[in-house]
Amino acid sequence: MSELSWWVLAACLTAYVIKLCGYFVPRKVLDSPLMTHVASTLTVALLASLVTVNAFTSGQELVLDARIGALAAAIIALIFKAPYLVVVLAGALAAVLLRATGLAA
Amino acid sequence: MTKFLTPATKMGLSISIATGLYGISFGALSIAAGLNLWQTVALSALMFTGGSQFAFIGVISGGGAGPAAFSAASLLGVRNAVYGMQIKQTLRPRGVEVPWMAQVTIDESTAVSLGQVQSSEKRRGFITTGLGVYILWNLFTLVGALLGERMGDPAVWGLDGAAVAAFIGLLWPRLTSVQPAMIAVAAAIVTALAVPLTAAGLPILITALCAALYAVMTVRKKPRATEHSKLERVNEDRP
Repeated sequence: MSELSWWVLAACLTAYVIKLCGYFVPRKVLDSPLMTHVASTLTVALLASLVTVNAFTSGQELVLDARIGALAAAIIALIFKAPYLVVVLAGALAAVLLRATGLAA
Repeated sequence: MTKFLTPATKMGLSISIATGLYGISFGALSIAAGLNLWQTVALSALMFTGGSQFAFIGVISGGGAGPAAFSAASLLGVRNAVYGMQIKQTLRPRGVEVPWMAQVTIDESTAVSLGQVQSSEKRRGFITTGLGVYILWNLFTLVGALLGERMGDPAVWGLDGAAVAAFIGLLWPRLTSVQPAMIAVAAAIVTALAVPLTAAGLPILITALCAALYAVMTVRKKPRATEHSKLERVNEDRP
C-alpha cells in the first residue's frame, strides 16, 4: 500500500473515533456552556475557512476566477431559499457559464 | 406505509437524494486530486463525513502531503463529536445501537433530527437521513469516481464551483445573527492571510485554532456575569 493509502485509513479511523467520542461523553458535560459555545464557533469558522480556500485559492496563491461567480450564484440561490441541490447546481452552472463565455478563467 | 412517510422521513429522504447526488462530485474531484479508486471509495464508506472528505482531497490537490490532509480532515470532523453528544442527549440510544449510529452522525442526520419536535420523529429523521445519505453518498461516489477518470479537469464541469456552493450552502443556515456572521468573516480573513504564508491545509487549522481560542475567551465572561454574581448575592443575604 502507498503512503497516501495509510493516511487515508488513518483519517478514516480517526473520523470514526471522533464520532464515537461524542456518544461517550457524560450527559453532565454535554450541557456545559463552554462545550456548546466552542463547538458552534468552530463549526462556523471551519465552514467559512473552507469557503475561502475553495473559492479564492490555488495552492498557496490567492486568485480571483470563475469560482467567485459560483459563490455569488450560490448566495443568490440561498437568499431565495433554494433547496441545497439547486444551490450546488447554481454554483456549478455559474462556473461553467463564466468560463464558456470567456468572462472568467 | 403511512407510518413510513412522516414529515421527518420525507425530509430525510429528500436531503439524502440531494446530498447523495453530490457524491458524484466528490468521487470525480477525488480522482482529479490524484487519489485512486479504492482510496476514494474508502473515504466515503469509512470516513463518511463530507466536509472532512473534501478537506482531505482538497489538501492533496493543493499539493499538500498525507499528514496535512489527515490533520485538516480530522479537525473538520471534530464537530461530529458534538453532534454525537446532541444525538445521545435527545435520542438516548441503546449501547448496541451506538456503533452504527455513530458512523451516520453527520451534519444532515443531526440537523434533520434536531429539527423535529416529537421524540419519535427525531429518531425517524436521524435514521432515515443517516442511512439514506450513507447509501446514496457511497453509490454516487463510485459513479463519480468511475466517470471522473474520463471527466478530466473538474473545472470544465464546474465542479470546483459546485464545491464552493456546497460549502456556502452548509455555512449559510448558520449565519442567523450578527455574531456568527462576524465569526465567518473573521475566519475568512484569517484563512486568506494564512494561505500565501503557510503550506496547503494549514490555513484551515490556524483558523480553527483562532476560533477555538476566541470561543474559550468569550464564554468565560458569561457564567461570571450571571451565575457567580447571583451566588455571591445569595451568600451575602445569609447571616
